[in-house]
Amino acid sequence: MSHEAALHGHSEVISHDAHHDEHHVHHHKETFISKYVFSMDHKTIAKQFLISGMIWALIGGLMSVLFRLQLGYPDQSFPFLEDILGRWAKGGRISAENYYALVTMHGTVLVFFVLTGGLSGTFANFLIPLQIGARDMASPFLNMLSYWFFFGASIVMISSLFVQTGPFSGGWTAYPPLSALGEASPGSKVGMDLWITAMALFVVSSLLGGLNYISTVLNMRTKGMSMTRLPLTIWALFFTAVLGVLSFPVLLSGFILLLFDRHAGTSFYLSDIFISGVGPMDHEGGSAILFQHLFWFLGHPEVYIILLPAMGMASEILSVNSRKPIFGYMAMVGSLFAIAILAFLVWAHHMFVTGLNPFLGSVFVLLTLLIAVPSAIKVFNWLTTLWRANIRFTPGMLFALGFVSLFISGGLTGIFLGNSTLDITLHDTYFVIAHFHIVMGVSAFFGMFAGIYHWYPKMYGRYLNNTMAYIHFWVTLAGAYLIFWPMHYEGLAGMPRRYMDYSNWESFKQFAELNKFISTVAMIVFAVQILFVFNFFYSIWKGRKVTTQNPWESNTLEWTTPIRPGHGNWPGEIPEVHRWAYDYSKDGRDFIPQNEPIGPDETTPH
Amino acid sequence: MTTTAIFLVAILVLGFLITFQIAKASEYVSVLKGEKKSMEQSNRINGFLMIVFLVVGLIGVWYCNELFYKKTLLPFPSASEHGEKIDLMLWITIIITGIVFFLTQILLFWFAYKYQHNPKKKAFFFAHSTKLEIIWTTVPAITLCILVGFGIFYWFQITGEAPDNAMRVEVTGKQFGWIFRYPGKDNTFGKKYFRNIDEQNSNELGLIWEDPASHDDVVLSQTMVVAKGTPLKLIINSRDVIHDVGLPHFRLKMDAVPGTPTTLWFTPLYTTEEMKKITGNPEFEYEIACDQMCGNGHYSMKGIIKVVTQADFVLWRAQQKAAYSAITPKAEPAAADTTAKATALLIRK
Ligand code: HEM
Ligand SMILES: [Cu+2]
Ligand SMILES: [Cu+2]
Repeated sequence: MSHEAALHGHSEVISHDAHHDEHHVHHHKETFISKYVFSMDHKTIAKQFLISGMIWALIGGLMSVLFRLQLGYPDQSFPFLEDILGRWAKGGRISAENYYALVTMHGTVLVFFVLTGGLSGTFANFLIPLQIGARDMASPFLNMLSYWFFFGASIVMISSLFVQTGPFSGGWTAYPPLSALGEASPGSKVGMDLWITAMALFVVSSLLGGLNYISTVLNMRTKGMSMTRLPLTIWALFFTAVLGVLSFPVLLSGFILLLFDRHAGTSFYLSDIFISGVGPMDHEGGSAILFQHLFWFLGHPEVYIILLPAMGMASEILSVNSRKPIFGYMAMVGSLFAIAILAFLVWAHHMFVTGLNPFLGSVFVLLTLLIAVPSAIKVFNWLTTLWRANIRFTPGMLFALGFVSLFISGGLTGIFLGNSTLDITLHDTYFVIAHFHIVMGVSAFFGMFAGIYHWYPKMYGRYLNNTMAYIHFWVTLAGAYLIFWPMHYEGLAGMPRRYMDYSNWESFKQFAELNKFISTVAMIVFAVQILFVFNFFYSIWKGRKVTTQNPWESNTLEWTTPIRPGHGNWPGEIPEVHRWAYDYSKDGRDFIPQNEPIGPDETTPH
Repeated sequence: MTTTAIFLVAILVLGFLITFQIAKASEYVSVLKGEKKSMEQSNRINGFLMIVFLVVGLIGVWYCNELFYKKTLLPFPSASEHGEKIDLMLWITIIITGIVFFLTQILLFWFAYKYQHNPKKKAFFFAHSTKLEIIWTTVPAITLCILVGFGIFYWFQITGEAPDNAMRVEVTGKQFGWIFRYPGKDNTFGKKYFRNIDEQNSNELGLIWEDPASHDDVVLSQTMVVAKGTPLKLIINSRDVIHDVGLPHFRLKMDAVPGTPTTLWFTPLYTTEEMKKITGNPEFEYEIACDQMCGNGHYSMKGIIKVVTQADFVLWRAQQKAAYSAITPKAEPAAADTTAKATALLIRK
């Protein structure tokens, strides 16, 4: 592909590509398998990630509906559930074992398989080549492998649901000793081995993908596309990949030590353990806290791996639909950079109450609250982008606006939790659940939805149905706040997370009605997501056709390709770039695409 | 049973069908009307909904507070001195972030409404302003410094050394309950080793009886009793997996990690009886809630702290029997002197 072109330097790109295209037409006889299954076209791989991610999201979401049923109605049984789910709902009730398995799988699936694999996998693959002006990824083959490792990880993770002792059930953070000792919990038997295997495959997938994204962005930009002319989506996806490449290996090392403790008799994490009914364990001398350091060294960057792509897409979509340049482009890039650096320096804020040295704790308080500065810059810049705009509420734009609202709400509670003094009381309560669902869960989903609605016409040459999109947006936004806002109050009552029943607790049982309400709203919101999935698949075949090359009148390069681009993206030469991506409403013109040369009397060329 | 399921599914499917029909119909209508016109129309609707969402949202925030504020811990005083500092810190943070929250959310939805598409208007090309950007870098930075300053100041007070007169109690978590140990008159905990744990012979903690200091240790489960106004230092352990001593009313918590003891100290301010009056709940108890996922019984891992007056505490303490007395009924309980300990040792050997 055109990576040879990159090696030859930008000056040769044009002639080389002209040659390349003839070459392209002659050689590839595509079969069904090479076109849709083992495809090396970044656009197809992106769709594979997207659709796998959507399937995972449905599974993960359904799990939350099931365990919310338990939380909302702890004293009732639903016999029809047994008909549908068999042993997962014996007698129509969810047992503790299944409850914890569901919660654990829900977290793992949504954090890793949907919002990491699904989100980055889809948009990094789809947008990087199209927006930087490349014919494909640096290594299409590794890119394909990245998807198939992800697929393998998915299969292993799914299969763990069906083993006799059940899937892993110790929480998505998998803290040992609970995760290390099958004696301590049935979920920590074979289920945990499968969980670790799946996660290891997942790490491989994300490393293959990440290295590819980084080298593509660095080496394969078209002529004139300097780094400072990149759309913010690409910057965000680039930093995301860097975070992943630097932190996932640490997680993997943590898992490998865990595997040794489980099967090789080592004691990295284990010491002084006696299990009732089993007896003392052989392990001595390890530190359970070591795992938490290794885990959160990935775990905190991970939350930004999830969030940065959403930030990038929201920035782009807000600007396009405001018909205004994104305000403070360099500050936006700078704050992404600052967040990426700081993301590695705050992990111990998840460990304030583990017995961490108080002085060390105070250093992490400072570093954690520092992250709020670049976050604040981003929020104010988004708001200023909207000021005196001329906004079109496309579905993508609505979700981008919702993203900003949710990011503010969830980011502010981070300031509570990052302050160790407050974390002593709020840690592991529903306050944390509210915080990270709003700031990471729902807002990253909003970024993802924004991206899907915005780039769907490029993906499938058709539009999603607008009415369904509007219903999807408003119900999801209202629902997200109805579900998660009241949880702050539960947290302020000290209500712990990961409890399947509060009715025996004098301190927490006052929220029974609220829990019922939340569960009901959760079901409605889930139903609306099914509507979205339906809209997605229906529109692939039956949606309104895209008739213009650039339906959103956007500046970026993906809209210079044909309505349905083939492998290689541009049938002719790759366009040359002459300006940044945000010349909207400049000099009286609604928009000026990136490939248009600077005019003779243009003001302030960028 | 299955009828409910069928009923639910029917409603769901019906809802989908209706939504789908409306969605398709409106798409046809918009094609007929022309793309531009229908876009302008839906733009107006969504712009209006922005302001509706803002207003209803703000009312919702207020209403939610009406409903649930009284169910949190905040209307009542904190049960420990440390907790009072934490509450103060909490209020400072709520006020600062609250201002930012309302300001930014109002601007967001207001701008979205106000600057909705208008064919007669043009957007304002405004790419950057160094002055503005400096303002909103420094203002948050300064505000956060204030929060960090207060935060670290209180943090060091709370995590600092316990006073010398603090009463010490050892708390050990296990799947799924709590074990408490009080040192005896000697004020030292006897040594223990996890391989010594012997549940049949009432040695839940694996105390080493060869160590005389263990002979007067009192071991209890589920409920511990402490005195109001006396600083209390907890030495926290776990026997199996990681647990967490969660004390919502004292606003504190600390992990229980196998192999690595942790500590936590505070001064209880109100007895359980007083707290029943303060909260108006006759069933009130200081519950210990396990706050770290520890297995399938995690949600039921409860302990109780009974806070009593100094006098009641002395009385209660005098009635407690040493764990050692359970295995060697002949030995003197709590007040065992050195000779008694020696004989006890001999008997055991
Ligand atoms: C203003 C910036 C933020 C600050 C200061 C902050 C702070 C914190 C702190 C201190 C915790 C630990 C709380 C506890 O366990 O007691 C936490 C939890 C969490 N945060 Fe944030 N956060 C911020 C933004 C984010 C963002 C942007 C995301 C995701 C995109 C995120 C996702 C999470 C998640 C997933 C957890 C829960 C982890 C668990 O399961 O224990 N946070 N946050
Ligand atoms: Cu973090
Ligand atoms: Cu526990």
